[in-house]
Amino acid sequence: MKRMGKGKTEEAIIQAIDLSVRYGERVVWQHADFSIRRGEFVGILGPNGAGKTTLFRLLLGLLPPSTGRLEIFGAAPRRGNPRIGYVPQRHPIDSDMRLEALEFVHLGISGNRWGVLLPSESRAERQKALDALQSVNGTELAHRSLGQLSGGELQRVFLAQALAGKPDILLLDEPLANLDIRRETELVQLIASVARAQQVAVLLIAHDINPLLPVVDRLIYAVNGRIATGTPHKIITTKALSALYGAPVEVLHDSHGRVAVLGTEEAAHHD
Amino acid sequence: MTELFALTSNSNFSPNLWSDLQMMWQYAFMQHAFEAGTVIAIVAGVIGYFVVLRRLSFAAHALSHAGFAGAAGAVLIGLNPLVGLLVFTSGGGLAMAALGRKAASRDVQIGTVLAFMLGLGVLFISLYKGYATEAYSLLFGEILGISSGDVIVTTIAGALALVAIILIYRRLLFTSLDEDVAESRGVSIIAMNSIFMLLLALATSIAVQVVGVLLIFALMVTPAAIAERLTRRPLAGIAVSVVVALLATWFGLFISYFVPYPVSFFITSSVFALYVLVRLLQSYTRRGIL
Repeated sequence: MKRMGKGKTEEAIIQAIDLSVRYGERVVWQHADFSIRRGEFVGILGPNGAGKTTLFRLLLGLLPPSTGRLEIFGAAPRRGNPRIGYVPQRHPIDSDMRLEALEFVHLGISGNRWGVLLPSESRAERQKALDALQSVNGTELAHRSLGQLSGGELQRVFLAQALAGKPDILLLDEPLANLDIRRETELVQLIASVARAQQVAVLLIAHDINPLLPVVDRLIYAVNGRIATGTPHKIITTKALSALYGAPVEVLHDSHGRVAVLGTEEAAHHD
Repeated sequence: MTELFALTSNSNFSPNLWSDLQMMWQYAFMQHAFEAGTVIAIVAGVIGYFVVLRRLSFAAHALSHAGFAGAAGAVLIGLNPLVGLLVFTSGGGLAMAALGRKAASRDVQIGTVLAFMLGLGVLFISLYKGYATEAYSLLFGEILGISSGDVIVTTIAGALALVAIILIYRRLLFTSLDEDVAESRGVSIIAMNSIFMLLLALATSIAVQVVGVLLIFALMVTPAAIAERLTRRPLAGIAVSVVVALLATWFGLFISYFVPYPVSFFITSSVFALYVLVRLLQSYTRRGIL
């Protein structure tokens, strides 16, 4: 729950000050203070319904804060900000969907334009879309149908679409859902290396900390109407999590550095 | 109004296609049928591609049924059925857009409204105490009864629809494929859904003249479904969808001139045959053809 005191030399590209949000009468979370710097990799954790996706909706300008301040590059969030790339949590794609991946990535560049593209514009943009696919090692996916891609391949295409607009911030909502452990690890490594290469800050929502541990700089933990932030080392401890949940939660470590968090199911308020 | 069944007394098929067509076009009603049919096939092929992409075919079907009630009501109070069609399909389309995209995929609710609309149409038709042909042509289409005035109205409406699609093309494609991301990039989902539903209403209203309310799928869904199976890029998909709708319409008109069965039967069966053929071929080749 502390403001970033150190690292002032680096630019804070997202800044939240005493930020609260509600849906109608229900307070999702309140009094959140955090800042995110350029190129940082931030994991967002917490039980279902704790307001992780809500944080993304605030950043995208789709939902106004109820009180407090939120700034992205020193300005209030606004819809259609090209500096943000967004990969929502998605439903599985119909296996009948024959559209090629490249067209889908292309929409990330100019899907919000009116009218049709001139042939020359279209060619230039398709090249950019190809470059984006290449940056996620997805060149061979370009002309394959979306419906025929595996879960991991689809996530790379979604990532390419979000990167195609050359954003400074990536918002990834549960990209690891429905992937097996090996693919989880591969995708996290890929996201981290692309983000490092392009100096993109990543905010990634996950339900398990373990695949993120090797790459994550900081965590935002949402639970029971509160938002806590800090390094995994500070947050994922028996003491810190018990305080957050307001109930006994236990953190266990194994010999490979993996962690198991026990007791969170019982401790999360479901209202 | 002309009888739906083809007037074939003095016509015989010859192997020379061009002379056959010239013979047909001596009749004004055949000329009008070809003109209006061409416009409608193009519009239905384009709009239909997005109907299939958005998985809205049942909603489109329901809209055409609302159109039936509207058209029958218009006939009852002495208006042009096209007016009733436009009013009811637009109203229904806007209502669906307002309720959101998820609403448009709720089969049960849509089915309920659809049945009610059909019932309403039946009531209007029976109150009209007119000829049964009036109902028959609304339900199954009557392209051979199209007047030169209808051709002009159809062409203007079709051109409007196509211009609108060109203007919103990329945004429409984006929201059709990827609503959440499109919204995050500043595209208004409600606006895009409403505009599309109005275009669908317009296309449905003019397409009813050719295939009728019950067979609207033949022009609005099947050609696009065939195109979707054969292509990986949207512009190619739209092109194939238009070509299939055009060929089916021309084929239907051509054949029905020589064979005394309804035009809409030939249109629906040709697109159906093509659809089955494509699916069979693909189940053999496993991968797309184009």
